[in-house]
Amino acid sequence: MTYLQIRYNFNWDVVWRHFHRLYEGLFLGLEIAVVALFIGSIIGLGGAFARTSRSRALRSIFAAYVEFIRNVPLLLLVYFVYFGLPKLGITFLSNLASFVAALAVYSGAFLTEVFRAGISSIPVGYVEAGKAIGLTRLQNVRYVILPVMFRIVLPSLSNTFISLFKDTSLASAIAVPELTYGAVWINVNTFRVVETWTVVAAMYIVAGYGIAYGLRQVERRYAVIR
Amino acid sequence: MWLELWTAVPALLRGLAVTLELSVLVILLGSAIGYLGGLSLEYGPNLLRIWVRLYVDTVRGIPVLVLLFAVFYGLPILGTQIGPFEAGVVALSVFAGAHMTEVVRGGIASIPRTQSDAAKAIGLGFWDRLRWVILPQAIRRILPPWVNTAVELVKGSSLVSLIGVVELLLATQQVVGRTFIVIPTYTLAGLMYFTINYTVSRLGALLEHRYAFLRY
Repeated sequence: MTYLQIRYNFNWDVVWRHFHRLYEGLFLGLEIAVVALFIGSIIGLGGAFARTSRSRALRSIFAAYVEFIRNVPLLLLVYFVYFGLPKLGITFLSNLASFVAALAVYSGAFLTEVFRAGISSIPVGYVEAGKAIGLTRLQNVRYVILPVMFRIVLPSLSNTFISLFKDTSLASAIAVPELTYGAVWINVNTFRVVETWTVVAAMYIVAGYGIAYGLRQVERRYAVIR
Repeated sequence: MWLELWTAVPALLRGLAVTLELSVLVILLGSAIGYLGGLSLEYGPNLLRIWVRLYVDTVRGIPVLVLLFAVFYGLPILGTQIGPFEAGVVALSVFAGAHMTEVVRGGIASIPRTQSDAAKAIGLGFWDRLRWVILPQAIRRILPPWVNTAVELVKGSSLVSLIGVVELLLATQQVVGRTFIVIPTYTLAGLMYFTINYTVSRLGALLEHRYAFLRY
């Protein structure tokens, strides 16, 4: 092992000097994840009802969407939205908007499956009871299906949120200044490799487990444990 | 345009070959780590368990991209000569190993204690219990999530394009940069990923269906 010479002097100051890049990046990443989860949930809800609807065409369109998105790397989607869509005349205000759009479409596919599982696990009796007291189809969705479904899918929603948060690291590929981008910046400008990546990894872990802990508390309050 | 796209196909296929090579390597190494990790989490001594748990939870808590950059930029600083492809293999295997460890641990933990007790009762030692009783049942539980993880890894292999390995995604970008045919090229690459991953996913669903009779 003599050829493996480890001579490395740690210099954490450099990281702290540029810490604002990491700090701001972390919050930008969280914001991206929240917005993507929100838009993705709307797509997912639509998709879930489409996949459980009577129309065969709707069912197959959304099945194709879900299967295609789930089997293609996110980075490819990000590039497609960023480089491809402007060619079709769909332009975004910024790289950030472009990435959020890609992540929302990506999460929409996963959330379609989450919500679909939620809807199909609502006992038939609930919906029948709703019909029996004279609720219309829409009232049934509004007062029976949605509230119960949200409580059932809450744990899956938290998991989706955390993995979306980790996926925001890919935004660095199209120069969105989130946490990983900040890390790459510090890395190439100061060459403090080990310090930078240690701090960044720690930030992702603390943020991730922190969110997970917070969401567990919410779940304990609202989730349906069956 | 279609002619230009057609002439670009060999470049994409070369990229696809690298993607597949990387994925297969990572899946194999990740599974090896996963089996060792899963077995140590279930049967290992306390000290080993704590270290494996720390490894799994740490790696699962950071994005693969961060892991990849850390390995790619970090290992040379620590004195090893390592190229982008090797860095990709190392980073993705470490990532895969953590996820596979959880998959294997879950599979083993889902086998009821009574199976192990019964095996003890007929006088089997630890390795014999594992070899003849626990693993044959656990593997049927492990296979479906194992296939899902494999699909995630094929998708994850696209990240090594960011450290300069010319796999399918970077090959696609090079073609786009050369020809300015954007949407058809990305779509073609997407279809290649889809074909591989969808086939593998279907295989996983088939396995799940095949072993659905095992319920306890």
